[in-house]
Amino acid sequence: MKFAVIVFPGSNCDIDMYHAIKDELGEEVEYVWHDTDSLEGYDGILLPGGFSYGDYLRSGAIARFSKVMKEVIKAAEAGKPVLGVCNGFQILLEAGLLPGAMRRNESLSFICKPVHLKVANNQTMFSAEYQEGQSISIPVAHGEGNYYCDAETLASLKANNQIVFTYEQNPNGSLEDIAGIINEKGNVLGMMPHPERAVDTLLGSADGLQIFQSIVKTWREAHVVKA
Amino acid sequence: MYKVKVYVTLRESVLDPQGKAVTNSLNALNYKEVTDVRIGKYMELKIEKSERDIDEVINEICSKLLANPVIEDYRYEVEESVAQ
Repeated sequence: MKFAVIVFPGSNCDIDMYHAIKDELGEEVEYVWHDTDSLEGYDGILLPGGFSYGDYLRSGAIARFSKVMKEVIKAAEAGKPVLGVCNGFQILLEAGLLPGAMRRNESLSFICKPVHLKVANNQTMFSAEYQEGQSISIPVAHGEGNYYCDAETLASLKANNQIVFTYEQNPNGSLEDIAGIINEKGNVLGMMPHPERAVDTLLGSADGLQIFQSIVKTWREAHVVKA
Repeated sequence: MYKVKVYVTLRESVLDPQGKAVTNSLNALNYKEVTDVRIGKYMELKIEKSERDIDEVINEICSKLLANPVIEDYRYEVEESVAQ
C-alpha cells in the first residue's frame, strides 16, 4: 500500500508521519507538496499536523484552498482512506469533508501531553484493530482542538456512529469529549491526537500504530486478490 | 475603489473562551458592570469596482474564506473611496 503525506508550508508533523509509515508500519510512503495537482497512484492520503500557512485567519482555512486539496477531495469521493491529524483534521473540517469546526481550547492554553482515548467505534477502516471501548494512550498537541458542531450535526454523528475516538478526560472542552470523527461514508477520519507520535514503546506508547495497521488491513482485504 | 470593513465574531450560540477570560479579568479589575465580552476579527479590504454587485462579492468572500459559517458570523461596512 502506498501512502502520500501532504506537506503544506508550516506542516511540522510530516516527518513523524513518514517515519511511522515507512519504519514502523513498513509500507511505501512519499511526501507530496501542496501544489501538486494529482494524487494518482496513492492508496491512502495523510494530512499531518502543524501550522499550515501559520494558522492565519483560522487553522486550516488557507490550506483548504491549496491546489492539492481538490485532489484530496477527489480521493475522498473515490473512497480512498484519508486521515487528517491535528492541523490535518482542522483542514478537513474547513474543507467540509468532515462536519463541525474547532474553537480555541477552553483553557486558552496550548496543550501538549499524552492523553487516554476511548475507542468509541471499532467498526471503521481506521479502528478495526482495536477493541470496542479500548483505552489507548496517544499524545495531543494543540491550541485549537475544542470541537464544536450544532445539535443537529451532533445527533447525526451519533446516529451514524461517526464518533470514533473520545477523550477519557476532556483536555480542551471538546463537545461530547470528541477526539476523532469519521465521515458518513467511512473513509475520512479526522482526529486531534497524534497517532504518528505513538508508534514505538520506546517513545512512550505504540497505541497509535493500530490506526495505520487498520487502514492497511482493510485495504488489503479489498484489493489483494485471494487465491 | 471600495474600502470594506469586515467584522467576524463567534456566533452567539458558541462559547467564546477568550471573551470569557477577558470578562473575568475586567470584573477582577472592578468593572463589575461588564457582563460579556466577545472577541472577533477586524479586516479592511480594498476592492476595485467591477460589474459585479459589491454586496454579492463581499458576501461570497466572507462565507467562502473570511468567516467559518459553522461557528462565526460576519458583518461589514462599505465605504466608497476615490481610487488612488
